[in-house]
Amino acid sequence: MSLDAKTVLRTARLARIGLAPAEVEALQKDMGSIIDWVEQLNELDVTDVPPMIGTGLAKPRLREDRITDGERPDDVLSNAPDREGPYFTVPKVVE
Amino acid sequence: MSTPFDYTLASARDALRARKISARELTEAHLSAIERLDGTLNSFITTTPESALKAADAADATLAKGEGGELCGLPLGIKDLFCTNGTRTTAASNILRDFVPPYESTVTSNLLRDGAVFLGKLNLDEFAMGSGNLNSAFGPAINPWKRNGSDEKLVPGGSSGGSAAAVAAGLVLGATGTDTGGSIRQPAAYTGIAGIKPTYGRCSRFGTIAFASSLDQAGPMARNLQDCAILLRSMAGFDQRDSTSVDTPVPNYEAALNRGVKGLRVGIPKEYHADGMPAEIEALWQQGINWLREAGAEIKEVSLPHTKYGLPTYYIAALAEASSNLARYDGLRFGARVKADSLDAMYEASRAAGFGEEVKRRILLGTHVLSSGYYDAYYLRAQKVRTLIQQDFLKAYEDVDVLLTPTAPSSAFALNEKPSDPVQMYLNDVFTVPASMAGVPALSVPAGLDGQGLPLGLQLIGKFFDEETLIAAGHVLEQAASFTHRPTIHAGNPA
Ligand SMILES: NC(=O)CC[C@H](N)C(=O)O
Repeated sequence: MSLDAKTVLRTARLARIGLAPAEVEALQKDMGSIIDWVEQLNELDVTDVPPMIGTGLAKPRLREDRITDGERPDDVLSNAPDREGPYFTVPKVVE
Repeated sequence: MSTPFDYTLASARDALRARKISARELTEAHLSAIERLDGTLNSFITTTPESALKAADAADATLAKGEGGELCGLPLGIKDLFCTNGTRTTAASNILRDFVPPYESTVTSNLLRDGAVFLGKLNLDEFAMGSGNLNSAFGPAINPWKRNGSDEKLVPGGSSGGSAAAVAAGLVLGATGTDTGGSIRQPAAYTGIAGIKPTYGRCSRFGTIAFASSLDQAGPMARNLQDCAILLRSMAGFDQRDSTSVDTPVPNYEAALNRGVKGLRVGIPKEYHADGMPAEIEALWQQGINWLREAGAEIKEVSLPHTKYGLPTYYIAALAEASSNLARYDGLRFGARVKADSLDAMYEASRAAGFGEEVKRRILLGTHVLSSGYYDAYYLRAQKVRTLIQQDFLKAYEDVDVLLTPTAPSSAFALNEKPSDPVQMYLNDVFTVPASMAGVPALSVPAGLDGQGLPLGLQLIGKFFDEETLIAAGHVLEQAASFTHRPTIHAGNPA
């Protein structure tokens, strides 16, 4: 089943991805068919099955609370699409 | 040795130490092969000939003193998903087209520590999302293999398609790959090479661009399992900087190669007899069973009852994680920015322009299954089914030591045979995804050619951190198959 345009647009808004009208149409169909396909998981009874969050192989561990990196502002800024001195720039957010 | 392209990684290592060839000669030969053939194969996104030659000279100086790490002077390619300090790292995405990391991933720094020479960064599906290397902002990588009597361009598999193509064509002696749901094993099978997806937590994820963090695992791709074993020993190991890295010693995998399979219990999962699987693949699987039995293994049928739910579970879990991981590409601190009047408009325009079609579709699906009202129905349910899938494996391992299956349900397909329905494309990963979901190690070895002359792979799946048994059993298959075929496009072929 095709998803409605409203759902696609709402999701795109949440994901901060701008979509052209033709893309919305294609996504309604493709997302719809993928969602139909994953619905088969409803055949399974998962009562009392715990969710698997990770593989559980690594033991949680503590480390000493000390600084191990930093003081590299030029490295941090080296890929900035736009910068002013030691700052990243952003469009104006407050009037 | 007639040409530098007859070496495997292991024999090149030995030849370098014996000073039968220099690292410079080896590196120059491979760089010129790239120049000759990569216009056709498009397996590299970026080549780094200058730093490669410098590293080769340094390796020669070290080798001359009788010193040097395990990989000293060996030319490798790096999937362009591993951050390399000072060398652009794109994830095959427009959004990272000009990204130059100021740091090195743990896996690549391990390889450099051992003396490897990097020839460049290899093509892949954008953010490792795909099964054909067709989703690359730098164009598809091409399989060096051709169907008998045809010049049709075939995919090398994905997402580590550039790695697979470059190894198969002899442009590098080995390469790094990453595997989230099959991205090392399926391309290895499509190109007639070997590849290992280690246990989750074996190789550090630090500095590897994330797709689905609970599944992503780096591993080696090379001509055979001995070469993969050598690479894996270097790549693997505990890393403080990855919270899921497991602190367990790294064995000498190469030493496990000739252990044999006497008394090994090999499980054949009955659910892997997929509907519509080509008879040739069924036959090759049976052949693999016979090879292992003849070498002294005990064969048992086992059941992994949740196999058919592997793919839908993967496509919920992996996409949910991807939508969260890829939220960082906002055009603000790094990556491409599209200017706009407001912050939200800038995000939306930058991400619309920077991501390709499949990546957008996946981010949106991942966002959808995590959004309120759908989280429990999709994401939480998938995590529960993932538990059932893992339990299938753990249960099977009460009776057997390894599992044998085909790697993929088909051989390489043509670029223009790409299914238009995304679900059809996802079905490629039907045999590789379950092991990823469970976190267990798996490998693929080339085992034969199909009727069209294309390579087919067999997959072995093992117990947590038992890569050694996999390598030993895989080597028995390798020897029985004696797969020495070369693709149509190969550096060692006369021009
Ligand atoms: N990185 C991978 O392992 C990719 C697996 C699968 N082909 C996908 O598209 O997600």
